[in-house]
Amino acid sequence: MKAGKLVLFFVAGGLFGMGLAISGMTDPGRVIGFLDVFGVWDPALLFVMAGAVGLYGLGMLILRRFENRTLRLPSTAPSPIDHNLVIGSAIFGVGWGLGGFCPGPSLANLGALRIEALLFVPAMAIGMLLAQRFFGADR
Amino acid sequence: MFGRLLVAATPDKTWQAVFLFGLIGGGALSFALWQSAALFRPMRPLVVMAIAGLLVGFGTRLGGGCTSGHGVCGVGMGAKDSIAATLIFMATAVVTVLIYNRVAS
Repeated sequence: MKAGKLVLFFVAGGLFGMGLAISGMTDPGRVIGFLDVFGVWDPALLFVMAGAVGLYGLGMLILRRFENRTLRLPSTAPSPIDHNLVIGSAIFGVGWGLGGFCPGPSLANLGALRIEALLFVPAMAIGMLLAQRFFGADR
Repeated sequence: MFGRLLVAATPDKTWQAVFLFGLIGGGALSFALWQSAALFRPMRPLVVMAIAGLLVGFGTRLGGGCTSGHGVCGVGMGAKDSIAATLIFMATAVVTVLIYNRVAS
């Protein structure tokens, strides 16, 4: 892959990390505040997610018009709602509620060398390897 | 994406690794530049964070996505499986916080 392309990927990742940090999504207090709907509810995550979904959706709609052999976009072929999707997502939710970290923000927090992230990310890698070992890596 | 990097058979690992380094760099830059971005309130003991990491890793790999993969990209494309996944992990996360708050306090 050309160096210029890799710079673009670095910038894309950087923008993602900055977006998460500036919008407060790297703070477990904010995330758990959003999930605590029966307590003092903090709706911030909803707005961040709605903004991201809207912009991503709009960008995809526009880019689809230019899709060709050199510009390939994520497939729109429907994937099944199977046991793995349901059980995996349910387990992910439990972990998300327990820690207030999902993969993106936990990685961004490595940028501050926070002990929570330094512990969480290797544990996450072990969890992923276990899932791959016993259930494959089709999805 | 992080999970795919852990599979030997994944093609084009370079761009995914570069993207994740960018993500860490973007976080580091924001934390250094803005105090509001650097706000971090530890909510759980470290042992709970380690268990949470295991569950998040296992669950996202089995379910094929996380808050970004299913929640933003999948939902943004209107994919039915991602909408289902997002509703499911939101629901179990809300219930987990509810139970944790009851038990821990």
